[in-house]
Amino acid sequence: MSNLLLDIKNLRLSFFTPAGEVKALNDVNLQMNEGDVLGIVGESGSGKSVTAYSIMGLVPFPGKIIGGTIDFNGHRINDMTEAELREIRGNEVSIIFQDPMTSLNPVYTIGNQIREVILLHTDMNKEQAHKRALELLTLVGINEPEKRLKQYPHELSGGMRQRVMIAIALACEPKLLIADEPTTALDVTIQAQILELMIDLKEKINMSIIMITHDLGVVANMCQKIVVMYGGKIVESGTSDEIFYNPQHEYTKGLLRSIPNLSDKERKKLIPIEGSPIDALNPPAGCPFAPRCDKCMKICLREMPEYTKISETHECACWLLQKEMFEASTGGEA
Amino acid sequence: MGKIIEEKKKNRQPREGALVEVQNLKQYFPVNDGLFKTKYVKAVDDVSFYIERGETLGLVGESGCGKTTTGRSLLRLYEPTGGKIFYDGIDITNADMMPYRRKMQIVFQDPYASLNPRMTIGDIVGEPLDIHKLAHSKKERSERIIEMLDRVGLNSEHANRYPHEFSGGQRQRVGIARALAVDPEFIVCDEPVSALDVSIQAQIVNMFEELQQEMGLTYLFIAHDLSVVKHISNRIGVMYLGKLVELADSYELTFHSLHPYTKSLISAIPIPDPKMSRQNKRIALGGDVPSPLDPPSGCRFRTRCPYADELCAAQEPEFREVSSGHFAACHHLDKIN
Amino acid sequence: MLNKNKSLSFQLDVSDFLPADESEKQSIDIMRESVSFWKDGFRRLARNKLAMISLFTIIVVMIFAFIVPSFYPYSYEQQIRGSENLYLMEYSGEELARIEAGEKVFPHILGTDNLGRDTAIRIMMGSRISLLVGIIASAIILIIGSLYGAIAGYFGGKVDLYMMRLVDIIYTVPDILVIILLSVTLKYPLRSLADTVPGFGWISTVGVGLISIFIVFSLLYWVGMARIVRGQILTLKEQEFVTAARALGASHSRIIKNHLLTNCVGTLIVTTTLQIPSSIFTESFLSFLGLGVNAPMPSLGSLAAQAVGGMNSYPHRLLAPAIAISIIILSFNLLGDGLRDAFDPRLKN
Repeated sequence: MSNLLLDIKNLRLSFFTPAGEVKALNDVNLQMNEGDVLGIVGESGSGKSVTAYSIMGLVPFPGKIIGGTIDFNGHRINDMTEAELREIRGNEVSIIFQDPMTSLNPVYTIGNQIREVILLHTDMNKEQAHKRALELLTLVGINEPEKRLKQYPHELSGGMRQRVMIAIALACEPKLLIADEPTTALDVTIQAQILELMIDLKEKINMSIIMITHDLGVVANMCQKIVVMYGGKIVESGTSDEIFYNPQHEYTKGLLRSIPNLSDKERKKLIPIEGSPIDALNPPAGCPFAPRCDKCMKICLREMPEYTKISETHECACWLLQKEMFEASTGGEA
Repeated sequence: MGKIIEEKKKNRQPREGALVEVQNLKQYFPVNDGLFKTKYVKAVDDVSFYIERGETLGLVGESGCGKTTTGRSLLRLYEPTGGKIFYDGIDITNADMMPYRRKMQIVFQDPYASLNPRMTIGDIVGEPLDIHKLAHSKKERSERIIEMLDRVGLNSEHANRYPHEFSGGQRQRVGIARALAVDPEFIVCDEPVSALDVSIQAQIVNMFEELQQEMGLTYLFIAHDLSVVKHISNRIGVMYLGKLVELADSYELTFHSLHPYTKSLISAIPIPDPKMSRQNKRIALGGDVPSPLDPPSGCRFRTRCPYADELCAAQEPEFREVSSGHFAACHHLDKIN
Repeated sequence: MLNKNKSLSFQLDVSDFLPADESEKQSIDIMRESVSFWKDGFRRLARNKLAMISLFTIIVVMIFAFIVPSFYPYSYEQQIRGSENLYLMEYSGEELARIEAGEKVFPHILGTDNLGRDTAIRIMMGSRISLLVGIIASAIILIIGSLYGAIAGYFGGKVDLYMMRLVDIIYTVPDILVIILLSVTLKYPLRSLADTVPGFGWISTVGVGLISIFIVFSLLYWVGMARIVRGQILTLKEQEFVTAARALGASHSRIIKNHLLTNCVGTLIVTTTLQIPSSIFTESFLSFLGLGVNAPMPSLGSLAAQAVGGMNSYPHRLLAPAIAISIIILSFNLLGDGLRDAFDPRLKN
């Protein structure tokens, strides 16, 4: 069994906006072993990005962790000072963002930006850093790396920029790479290139990856373990086969029903999840998905369900599963 | 000789039964290159297709391929550089568009940018009624607005609210209600679900389908997501760098594609099924889309095409009908398939 | 795990697992109170203390400038014989005698000037003129500048090019020179207009100087506004809601009016509010140079100019209008900043 790399326990995080408290994360529990590829799936506002940012100690203003712990690679992240966090960022954990255009500084060359990261985190001199930058660009599959080092971000295409971002993220061989919707802004054919590159790199340098996305197709072939989030809560987690072939939560089921599959031979009607995403300022008291769920029960609106273990790796928070158990325990009279 | 063919092309008659048809549509945009030089971005270059009444034609392609521009030129939101546009057999390339604005509408991608933030939902949906003077009294106007909102799954209570109070999916519904207010026959759907959450996308796609059945609408459905386009369209056209490279029935196109670009596009789409995606063999496409400012000579896809040779660089492939209703533009179709 | 669930099951009731009906689900799904752009903006403004103090100050100044003079026992052009050059709260001998006789005499709070006119009322009237000039001039600038900028920005291309080159040229024209030229050349035509054509009598009250100031504002000062509006329109017109309006067949004027200018409203309010103090300042400055209002009509600038002569013996005569100018300008500037934060949050960060 490999080592536990990341352990998030009962993480609660809120944004204190002028309009009121927005509960972005509500008792999030997440474990991850070294070498895992974990997919976090959810729609906008589900808290998937905030979870990832909190691992790096990067909680955007006016957010605040109000409970729980994050242990990463032997560090207690929520007790660390800003200076200590800076040591870890880029060194042990790196992040790549959705938009490769805005995450690169337009006034510096590619080479400058890669070297800066290397110089910051290692004791290499400038010459060595330059060599390392060349190595990294070759690693991420950029041709003519010597020429690219002298170019500015706007001279590169979107796919190329995302490769540069990955190169920067890998500069110090981090233990964990967080990819926040890394391919959403890219075209399908470029997306395929980048995803292939990430799987390839994972094998090469033995790192763990957290893949944040709204696209179930992206996680299907990449991640062993998938976490489904809704309304700041993990509603279901399991291996990718469990999530895709044996979904337990009504949201996961609905999500899988509502996407058209290219390989369907005949036209099927899509079954959408009705309703709108939750109002973050005014969240439901019970299960966040309850107002949109067609199997919603009275208790769902009132109380948050516990997690039910379906298998060693598969957990789901839904009252329907609790109901089965309840019926079993009362002899099925309900 | 070439000139005569060119002439012939220009004088083609509109196709019988087609509601909308474009012939050799060209849309170039000037770009300043240096102080006094002007270059042209050939956003759409010689594109021809037709859409039959009640049909949905899908248009897919990657960013910058000209699919959005095609949709907007078709509505004369840009003045086309060349080519002809027919609506119901009538050449509208230079016509006064006012009567056609009631028949042809558009729904946009970004539900945030496509609604005026200072107008209430009621006024947004009511504006087409004001412009075309479709409501003769205040009462009639508000009744029509409520009817439209009702049709897209919103209610009268929403009419006095502002766009920022709604979620993305609800705003997209408002955008659709605005387009429906003039009672159109044809709607250009310009990536209408791309900006929405997955769970909302299906709601909107289903709504488009229901509206089509109820009102007999004809759609041009533009998107980069082939799975959504395949789901909703009868026929699909694939664009690459301002050109149509393949056009066929949607099932024919997804399962028996001919053009190497379409093939790689289909194989690149991530399949939401772990077992199938493990089996799926990707046809990897190297490199990036070239700049539309200097498209490659000959076939525009040749720089990324695994089958490209000298012929592809020298000569532009003709967009021809390979089998009944299946068009493709490639020199090596026989070799590849 | 199982044990835990067992213990849970004891607290639960069978009825909890009945399906929830629509009304129960709906009760959770209520929409928040509707917040319009204006409501939201004013709420943010109300939270800004400095802006609220400024707004209050402006209202007080306006009351003094527009309402108080009608009740005031003295008028601005009234020369009280024997009461020349009085100090703060001082009474002339004649007035003292009347007080002796049991009559009530309103005090000259800020004294009187060398012609025996009450300084307090003259400052109030001066403020009225200055405020009027500031507001009217800003309104002129707002109308011309926003329309010009909107047209240039909306049509773009050649139209924009030529219209903005004109703006560049106007920027180079020296305004003071034009005001001096205008007030000299317009003096006789305007005066004869006032004398001969009925209905133009107000010209002589307002004064040729003031009219030339307005003309100069409407000829030259709108260019800044035009540039700001044009910049906004250029980005706004690319928005999809404008394309949507075009697809609906909306006319150019409808798009400019309903879609473009309404979205500039925040900027327009802010720029206009900040334009008022700058117009007041220009007017005061010109009146100080003797190019502004006609005597006996006072403005804060001309009051200060008259007081400069006796600065050593009567410092209050200079200080009072100077302080009035400062308070008005400062309040408008602070209010403008507050409005910017409230209505135009993009500019803030």
